Amino acid sequence: MERTTERLETNSAAETQALAARLAAELPDGAVLCLHGELGAGKTCFVQGLAKALGVRRPVGSPTFTLINEYKGQRALAHVDLYRVRGAGDAFGLGLEDYLFRFGGIVAIEWAERVAESLPETCWHVRLEARGAGEQARTVTIERPAG
Amino acid sequence: MLVLGIESSCDETAAAVVRDGRAVLSSAVNSQIASHRPYGGVVPEIASREHVGSFPVVAAEAIAQAKVAWNDLDAVAVTHGPGLVSSLLIGLSGARALGQTLGKPVWGVNHLEAHLAGTFLDPAAPPPAEACPLLVLMVSGGHSCLVEMLGVGDYRLLGTTLDDAAGECLDKGANLLGLGYPGGPVIERAAQGGDSAFVKFPRGMEHARNRKTDNGLEIEMCFSFSGLKTALLYHLKNHPADREQHLADLAASYQEAVMDSLAQRAERALKVTAARTLACVGGVAKNASLRAKLEDLARRHQARLLLTPLAYCTDNAAMVAAAAGLRALAGIGNPPAVEADPSLPLVEEDSAAG
Repeated sequence: MERTTERLETNSAAETQALAARLAAELPDGAVLCLHGELGAGKTCFVQGLAKALGVRRPVGSPTFTLINEYKGQRALAHVDLYRVRGAGDAFGLGLEDYLFRFGGIVAIEWAERVAESLPETCWHVRLEARGAGEQARTVTIERPAG
Repeated sequence: MLVLGIESSCDETAAAVVRDGRAVLSSAVNSQIASHRPYGGVVPEIASREHVGSFPVVAAEAIAQAKVAWNDLDAVAVTHGPGLVSSLLIGLSGARALGQTLGKPVWGVNHLEAHLAGTFLDPAAPPPAEACPLLVLMVSGGHSCLVEMLGVGDYRLLGTTLDDAAGECLDKGANLLGLGYPGGPVIERAAQGGDSAFVKFPRGMEHARNRKTDNGLEIEMCFSFSGLKTALLYHLKNHPADREQHLADLAASYQEAVMDSLAQRAERALKVTAARTLACVGGVAKNASLRAKLEDLARRHQARLLLTPLAYCTDNAAMVAAAAGLRALAGIGNPPAVEADPSLPLVEEDSAAG
């Protein structure tokens, strides 16, 4: 089966998070979800929706400091932020490969394009883009892996 | 008790000698800010490479400045988390090598507890037992939380950030304003003479009364900065000329929103806890506007304010040695430094159901 792409529109942060929650139910264990979008596009907001659906109770903050935060919910979640990473060598020094290939839960990666060449083909992709003049309306593009 | 502290959790390589958890005999810090400035933040691979080069230099400098011999040390204390794993590992390996060579114990210190211990590096601060219960506002590039300290090693988490840390919010704001890095000091400089009421930026979760996070924290004592960053982004999109014409006003308004929301949450915590002493630690504690707000707050609530000496706000090793020394003297001991834990919590937040 080919990769499939779906475009959706949301009108508020709550709607974007609800969309993330619906996607969480679809993601198998070990799934790697790459989030794309500029600063303020709502990547962390999307991961918060995902986390809530996975049963994570702790507040999910931005992992900018340690770059990888792990949460134990009903299903485990690893939240990765590669904003300050300069390529695969850097990311792999942080142990990213353990998350890409050996993690039992869901892995959500912000700024995954920083290590594009090292990502497995089985990744899911979510692109967030501001739409219209409001601060919260977004176009969300979901790309599902083949098979 | 003489402890050599080692710190390498982020972009500062530091070593210091502290006697009895309070008296700093030396404190050597090698900051990598210049190396990371072109990237607008800490680049992990650059950080760990620089830690390798700096470690032996700062460790030797700390011993020489303290005018002690290596064998005078009672222990080596090293930050084992939280932080960047590739950076933590350098300090940890170095500390363990030193401990083995000297035949001294090597203790693992929580970086957040170390920041807290920095409060007591002010010779004018009371001993911890006298200051507790102590309300601590912990604000840095990676962390923003409110903690009640009941005694050495005994902490209760009151609130935390729901998204970005305060320092991170300043870094991202500085980036949007084209001001450079690190965000806190460059925004503070740009804000001088600016009108802090030019734009009323959101304070985040302002009206969240009687609501709790899923793990039981009161939302009115939590921080939220992602809306502020987005508000600045949209203000600049809608008023592109302001970046040139009102840079000082925007920087001042943005800084005001961050510092006001910190002070506001600290005030709420002062009202609901028994703490009558307030402390502020971490890199953002250097901000003059935050210090002024906390002084005002303490005056209005007849609370005592402990401000960490400026030299010990940003990452340093004196606070690491101090934290280990305070624990040892309080009789609760320190864990051995075995491995790096990038997400080591100060207080277990997952206790309820994870």
